[in-house]
Amino acid sequence: MWSWDFAISILPQLLQAMIVTIEATIVGFVIAALLGLLWTLCKRSPFTPLRIAVNAFVEFIKSTPLLVQLYFIFFVFPAFGVSLSPFLAGVLGLGLHYSTYLTEVFRTGIDAIPKGQWEAGSALNFSRVKIWTQIIMPQAIPPIIPMLGNYFIVMFKETPLLSAISLVEMVQTAQMIGSASFRYVEAFTDVGIIFLVLSYPASLIVGVINKRIKQRFGQSI
Amino acid sequence: MVSNIAIFNSLLKGLAVTLQVLGYSVILALGLSFIFGFLSLSKWKIAKIASHLYIEIFRGTSLLVQLFWLYFSLPILGIQLPAMLVGVLGLGLNYGAYGAVVVKTSIQAVPKGQFEASVALNMSPFRRMRSVILPQAFVIMLPTFSNLTIELLKGTSLVSLVTLSDLTFQAMALRSATMETVKIFTILLILYFIVAYPITLAFRWLEKKLSVGRG
Repeated sequence: MWSWDFAISILPQLLQAMIVTIEATIVGFVIAALLGLLWTLCKRSPFTPLRIAVNAFVEFIKSTPLLVQLYFIFFVFPAFGVSLSPFLAGVLGLGLHYSTYLTEVFRTGIDAIPKGQWEAGSALNFSRVKIWTQIIMPQAIPPIIPMLGNYFIVMFKETPLLSAISLVEMVQTAQMIGSASFRYVEAFTDVGIIFLVLSYPASLIVGVINKRIKQRFGQSI
Repeated sequence: MVSNIAIFNSLLKGLAVTLQVLGYSVILALGLSFIFGFLSLSKWKIAKIASHLYIEIFRGTSLLVQLFWLYFSLPILGIQLPAMLVGVLGLGLNYGAYGAVVVKTSIQAVPKGQFEASVALNMSPFRRMRSVILPQAFVIMLPTFSNLTIELLKGTSLVSLVTLSDLTFQAMALRSATMETVKIFTILLILYFIVAYPITLAFRWLEKKLSVGRG
């Protein structure tokens, strides 16, 4: 049944596709981080309607499936004249979905900053922008790096969904190999192993970083 | 042009399947969570290794890969499962692995003095677990279980890719039949939210109720 020769012979093709998977994860994560930060800032705005709108939007995106959101971006946006490639639609959907998780992460980081830091910033006559970029963010980000790392791994494992909007990443490639040769066992087992080989060590690394950061900041979030 | 009622009717049919998959896989995932959560805390080394393997394999490979493996690969090995079973099995096994970690860490989070006190009171291990440790651990588990249930609900949309006619599958079928893309997908998103929100509220209510008097 299981053919080692075949399982090994398709590896180069799958590893090629793995590059697309990793690219999608990285671009998606950057979008998620930027949007997540934007939501966090909006939620702190003194303008109540903005706060309510962003809260509702974040709750809605978080409660509905990523797959459906991907379909929405890929199939509905063209009706409004915005046609995106599978890759762009994919990273946009992935980034938007996980921005609603990352906004929580940023919030915990920012909430952990003592009030005195804000006051010191104002007392020194720092501008609003300077307080954020020079005082708050440099302290808020390091403690949340492990959490960001965990979400990076989660997003990596969600990229197979992008195959549903025809992005040729690992799962789509495995499916094409499977339907051409009818050797689905080797194709999907290979993909599973590649995911495991990448994500398990990555989660161990995040664990180590977490320990170091706890030692350095004396707290766990 | 298909009437709105026709669109709505077929989406509701899909919703019934989605809820069914959700119900069965929540039960399976919950069972697996407790089984492997307890195994990972046992003194028996083989049980620990088995649960560690289960957790890392099912968390480390992607849910969609697991579903495709069950759906496309198993039949070649001679085991043909119906789509419904594939969906429930895939979702249950995947989220069971996440749940097992929650059960394990929640039990570990109960203060050590509680274990010691119940040993000092000469309680049997079973009684200790049932009347002292679990009631406290359960309160700790709830918020994470709430999130996992929502994740599982969202995960059910993946069963449409293994040809189970759930909500998402029905929407895709309607899309190719009617081309009313905007309307269909907007209703689809709203329907998922309508299912998810009461679940969140129910968990919040349960949390409040169970933490009364626990400070």
